[in-house]
Amino acid sequence: MKKIEEPSVAAIAKDEIAHDHNHDGIDRRGFLKCMAWAGTGALVVMKGGVLNSYALNRLGGMKKHDLKGELSFVQISDSHMGFSKPANPDVAATLKAAVDKINALPVAPEFLLHTGDISHLSKPSEFDTVDQILKSASAKDVFFVPGEHDVLNDEGQQYRERYGKGTQGAGWYSFDKNGVHFVGLVNVMNLKAGGLGSLGAEQLEWMENDVRHLSQSTPIVVFAHIPLWTVYPEWGWGTDDSAQALSYLKKFGSVTVLNGHIHQTMQKVEGNVTFHTAMSTAFPQPKPGQAPSPGPMKVPEDQLRTLLGITDVNQVQGKHALAVIDSTLG
Amino acid sequence: MKIKLYIVVAGILLALQIAGHGQNKPAGTPDAKPAAEATVKIDNFSFTPATITVPAGTTIHWTNRDDIPHTVVSDEKTFKSKVLDTDQEFTFTFSKPGTYSYFCSIHPHMTGKVVVQ
Repeated sequence: MKKIEEPSVAAIAKDEIAHDHNHDGIDRRGFLKCMAWAGTGALVVMKGGVLNSYALNRLGGMKKHDLKGELSFVQISDSHMGFSKPANPDVAATLKAAVDKINALPVAPEFLLHTGDISHLSKPSEFDTVDQILKSASAKDVFFVPGEHDVLNDEGQQYRERYGKGTQGAGWYSFDKNGVHFVGLVNVMNLKAGGLGSLGAEQLEWMENDVRHLSQSTPIVVFAHIPLWTVYPEWGWGTDDSAQALSYLKKFGSVTVLNGHIHQTMQKVEGNVTFHTAMSTAFPQPKPGQAPSPGPMKVPEDQLRTLLGITDVNQVQGKHALAVIDSTLG
Repeated sequence: MKIKLYIVVAGILLALQIAGHGQNKPAGTPDAKPAAEATVKIDNFSFTPATITVPAGTTIHWTNRDDIPHTVVSDEKTFKSKVLDTDQEFTFTFSKPGTYSYFCSIHPHMTGKVVVQ
């Protein structure tokens, strides 16, 4: 089941060029409105004003050679291996279902991004199980950032031994794929009482230097566990010093921020930055403020998989922004 | 006659009791007062009671009744629990008076306070 975000009511009401993200004189929201009238039968993927469209038959008939030069990857998050409570007594099964979903995508992703809470209690067996399950994914390369559940008891030492090769400090790093620059950040260390997520001065300094010399046309993807925008501070859903990190990205035309932690999809567009959080593969959490606490949310068994999922991200050559598509497991 | 005896015995016992309460006996002596215990419950991403006031020498038991792991970490690192899964417990004995703020290092918006008098 694919989720397609509705354009905002305000956007539909206007008939003007309000956003020109791709610098080609086309207002995406206006385009969408026209598309709906024309009934061209395209799958329009629009998230908060950032648009990519695919002909409906393209998804089924996509062949790898048709998409040479394009980048495709999948984000998964919050597998919480080791969790075993009523909200989901078998998180290994739902992670396997996520891998099946990945393997069924019309375009095989080049790699996976795991945005943390790989394990539930930082136990070696939990990490081992996730590694084992991910081995059967079509994409063999997996890039990780830790969640707070991955760095328990040892300041993240075990996490770094397993997944931190080539990283610095608590496990931050960057890499390039197909001209897209990826920045993996760690915002779950040294958390202060009453605070939110935290990047820290050392990491911020590293990041500033890391992106300083990139050309402004380089698409940027930043990924970290806790949201890098303030989703709901009462539940700790935000990062104290993310504004500084984002200030280093002002010059770039396309920035996509991928996070996890909140176990539901949420999206925000702010200027050139698209923020997106992924579903968990383990258990859902309530919407902000709709429960006494952000803990695991128990739903009827037949609904569980409709609230878990993966995020497919595609870069199409010539398009500025990345297309971000969430799919549920059931 | 018997009643008088009872009164005398009762009086002696009472006197001993009063004398006993007034003394500052070292722990471990056979008739020392049992140490005070108190409990803080962890549930729904909160510590209950959020602020607990106890006499010096009290041992506090934090019990995690939530379905998510938590920790108990003092702001000044005076005490620090391991990760507590559901039904696991952490204890700490507060011998010095003072105010001890603490939080859950996994979910730092969860905070609590121990006031030791």
